[in-house]
Amino acid sequence: MIRARVNVLLKEDVMDPQGKAVGEALNSLGHHEVRNVRVGRCFDLNLTGEDPAAARVAIVEMCEQLLANTVIEKYDIHLVSAAGGMS
Amino acid sequence: MKTAVVLFPGSNCEQDTVKAINAVGSSPATVLWHKDRVPVETDLVVLPGGFSYGDYLRAGAIARFSPIMQSVVDFANAGGLVIGICNGFQVLVEARLLPGALLRNEGLHFICKWVHLRVERSHSIFTRSEKSVVRIPIAHGQGRYFIDDDGLKSLEGCGQVVFRYCDEEGCTSVESNPNGSIGSIAGVCNEAGNVLGMMPHPERAMSEDLGSADGRTFWKSLLNGTLTQSH
Repeated sequence: MIRARVNVLLKEDVMDPQGKAVGEALNSLGHHEVRNVRVGRCFDLNLTGEDPAAARVAIVEMCEQLLANTVIEKYDIHLVSAAGGMS
Repeated sequence: MKTAVVLFPGSNCEQDTVKAINAVGSSPATVLWHKDRVPVETDLVVLPGGFSYGDYLRAGAIARFSPIMQSVVDFANAGGLVIGICNGFQVLVEARLLPGALLRNEGLHFICKWVHLRVERSHSIFTRSEKSVVRIPIAHGQGRYFIDDDGLKSLEGCGQVVFRYCDEEGCTSVESNPNGSIGSIAGVCNEAGNVLGMMPHPERAMSEDLGSADGRTFWKSLLNGTLTQSH
């Protein structure tokens, strides 16, 4: 079993009003050090198989097909090792 | 013109669309379930508004993989006419039948109101006898059209912008752009001109008594025109 985490975020040149609203809310709570917030999605996947390279190839395909809309979003993939660390 | 309206789980404008088409068209519209295929004799496929698959993941992202969508893509690639309204527009951009993407409204709120649209491409098969400025309602939470700079140049250069949000006089401005769409874009077509996506709902503008009959003109000119395409 392979575990993976995929983060999907809007690309830098795409305005993120949700992130802006969250940033303003944090500022109004007194967190004045917050300058920029981007809100995205996080997917945790459990996959059969033991080959991390094959899993990564499959997840890239999943991202391109469904998990991200690459017109507006970028993604990064982290495989979780048996010890629980991300790679 | 034989018309088919696709019903996805979560569509909610298919009956309004059928009524609009039947009010002005020469033959009654058929409703296709998302597991059907587009019948061979079809001239026009309409993807109606609503919340297909609950807008899960991204609006239109799951509907794009509905069984019927492969036959809609084949139909469009063979030159068949396709219109996506609101959620239907979102499905068409997710299916890459139209360029760009539709994002959450700039102000984050769901917007339901009447807007004015400037018809930018008045000689297309979809907009033959339209006035230059029409009044049609919008109702969406994710209608902010986005495309990157190169894509926008290409859209404008090829005359693919069909509708732009504007004021009563036809002027575009920040105030008349309800959702922050790039270039005030409310509707675009593909390069070949046979696929149209628009956020406003022409099927909801069928009577002066209910606000505007500009949608009636839209459907009438489309359904009763010839199939000869002009650009």
